[in-house]
Amino acid sequence: MAHEEIKKGENTQLYREVVHKIDGRLGPKYSMDATWCNMTDRKTEQRKEKLENELNAYRTNLIKESIRMGYNDLGDFYYAHGALGDAFKSYVRTRDYCTTSKHIIQMCLSAILVSIEMGQFTHVTSYISKAEQTPEALDSLTVSKLRCAAGLAHLAAKKYKLAACKFLEVGPELGNSYSEVISSQDVATYGGLCALASFDRTELKNKVIDNINLRNFLELVPKVRELINDFYSSQYASCLEYLGNLKSNLMLDIHLHHFETLYDQIRIKALIQYTHSSVSVDLRMMADAFKTSVAGLEKELETLITDNQIQARIDSHNKILYARHANQRNATFQRALQIGNEFDRDVRAMLLRANLLKHDYNLRASRKV
Amino acid sequence: MSSVEGLVTQIQGLSSTASDVSSLHNLLKQADDSLHAESTRLLPFLDQLDPSKHSLGYLYFLEACTAGPVTKEQASSFVLIIARFISSCVSDQIRLASDKFIFVCKRFKDQVLLLEEPLRGVAPMLSAIRKLQSSTEHLTTLHQEFLLLCLLARCYKTGFSILEEDIFEVDQPRDLFLYCYYGGMICIGQKSFRKALELLHNVVTAPMSTINAIAVEAYKKYILVSLIHHGQFSTSLPKYASSVAQRNLKNLCQPYTELANSYGNGKIVELETYVQANKEKFESDNNLGLVKQVVSSMYKRNIQRLTQTYLTLSLQDIANTVQLNCPKEAEMHVLQMIQDGEIYATINQKDGMVRFLEDPEQYKTCEMIEHIDSSIQRLMTLSKKLTTMDELMSCDPLYLAKAGRERQRFDFDDCDTVPQRFNI
Repeated sequence: MAHEEIKKGENTQLYREVVHKIDGRLGPKYSMDATWCNMTDRKTEQRKEKLENELNAYRTNLIKESIRMGYNDLGDFYYAHGALGDAFKSYVRTRDYCTTSKHIIQMCLSAILVSIEMGQFTHVTSYISKAEQTPEALDSLTVSKLRCAAGLAHLAAKKYKLAACKFLEVGPELGNSYSEVISSQDVATYGGLCALASFDRTELKNKVIDNINLRNFLELVPKVRELINDFYSSQYASCLEYLGNLKSNLMLDIHLHHFETLYDQIRIKALIQYTHSSVSVDLRMMADAFKTSVAGLEKELETLITDNQIQARIDSHNKILYARHANQRNATFQRALQIGNEFDRDVRAMLLRANLLKHDYNLRASRKV
Repeated sequence: MSSVEGLVTQIQGLSSTASDVSSLHNLLKQADDSLHAESTRLLPFLDQLDPSKHSLGYLYFLEACTAGPVTKEQASSFVLIIARFISSCVSDQIRLASDKFIFVCKRFKDQVLLLEEPLRGVAPMLSAIRKLQSSTEHLTTLHQEFLLLCLLARCYKTGFSILEEDIFEVDQPRDLFLYCYYGGMICIGQKSFRKALELLHNVVTAPMSTINAIAVEAYKKYILVSLIHHGQFSTSLPKYASSVAQRNLKNLCQPYTELANSYGNGKIVELETYVQANKEKFESDNNLGLVKQVVSSMYKRNIQRLTQTYLTLSLQDIANTVQLNCPKEAEMHVLQMIQDGEIYATINQKDGMVRFLEDPEQYKTCEMIEHIDSSIQRLMTLSKKLTTMDELMSCDPLYLAKAGRERQRFDFDDCDTVPQRFNI
């Protein structure tokens, strides 16, 4: 399938890689078509020369607009051919020749596109901020596109909360227009999952469930919608089941490759929420709700308690979790006594050291005399 | 011969009033060399002098006697004489010639060790310290001799009692190093790790211009005691430690810092293999016992962590989590910790369960209030001491001269209190 897709385009490098990977396993039709490769290469060479000649002509003429368009075409050409670094460089060169903010925006969008493809998200963030700083007001489509790109950048940097915020702000006008970067379903999936992993309950309700804009997106991925609703209504078993189903697809996703982390975070949040409001919890029932064994659940809870994310203690004999609140009064007394001891020790040591220094100084002074 | 006899009569005559004593002192100082020349024949003359009345003269004679090498037979008689002298001498007189007194006591220690009976030296040395000290806050050279004898005689309690006193005045920095080092070892023997840590910390962070062996040995023990007491060790010394120490100590104690790293990882098996691998090094430093205590403290720390998360736990689970071999061993460990007061728990042998309890201290009893009150009083006295010392220092002409000179280098606020006339 990839094979046919690539043949439609002109990217011979990628073609060679794919053929190598297939390695003749799918039959003779998919083996390396050397003639096609050579032909495409020659065509690209010719086109490249033509473009470069045009560009040189424009440069001697010093017409800004044509130079800019020339660089743009060169960038597009490199992008189609898979030479992403060169494409990026060409797009960036147009910056000097941009006259209106529309040009700037176009440049930024292309640069963002190539950077996302290359995986260099630092560039993405810088160009997003550049685009947002243009003096003219941006139309809502561009705004949505920029927000998507920002969301992707944060996702790659594992800043889930920021990513969620950005994704949730994307307006419905996006439709199918940014499909070379991201589809609307993806917006919904990424946004929903990041929000689940990083927002607390009130935020989740306000920004996700009541969000009318987002509802349209979520219609496209009903599974994620069900997932979020289940989490909010504390039906953790079905929630985790949906997540498990999505897992196999999402592991292959190009942007969400650290799905495991998100999954773990969502699970931890679910555990914390489950135990948060109760004085005591029966571990057996909880294990059923989370579809795990009691021993495994105990281990998970133990880690959470040690990290101080749950304030509770486990009664391993009766398999019950008891909420435990620290005794402030005792803790204060203990701390006060401890600070007293430390002060005592430190001051005594300091006086001793001062005495030693004085002795040393006196010795030196008397020696000089 | 006659000069010695003449000296004896003068001692007997001039030992009553303070002015007489000071003139006697001058006489003795002049006669010192002649005394040393005739050291072998001075012993019988000692019977003519009474140590309690003629302490200064007796001291000079004694010092000349013991100046030369001493054989084992002579040692026992000398030990008796010196011990009697120490117990009956008058502190005012001996303080006039304190270095001679220190010399005599040191020879006393050597002889006691020669006879291999350090216990005989402990009590006399303690009274010697008391007589030489100007106050309980004063550290003399004899302190570390005393602690050494206590260590060799294994009577830690007596040594520990002298460590209770706070030291603020020091004669010689070297004394302090040895005092704190031996003191640390005594505290380790008494299992009072907090105080040991304090003393060893003083050695390691004391001002020093070059690295010395005492500090290195102390640092090794410091690492081990820190692991036992706190369960962790940070390799960075505080800012007030001398730069020499900060640069060099870590490199000289390589096996110990690696032990600390291994401890930090929390795996008992790794720790034990590391200890086995480096056994000779630890043994050559005489630290093997301490290292073994470090390993057992790891079990304790793991069990203590469990008390934070569980209310009840089966012995089998404890054994598994803490990596012990069987529930029986876990039971032994928990029992030992309950007896030592390190955790609060009850063991239910029928079910094989341990129930962890909260610290029963409610901070409501009279004793607790008294304890808090006395702590507050002590801290207030300490504070006052600190302020007086600060005031004294700011009137010291040496300090003012230096601060005046360095005025340009420091902040305006720091040197604000220094009068202008000290700008040099």
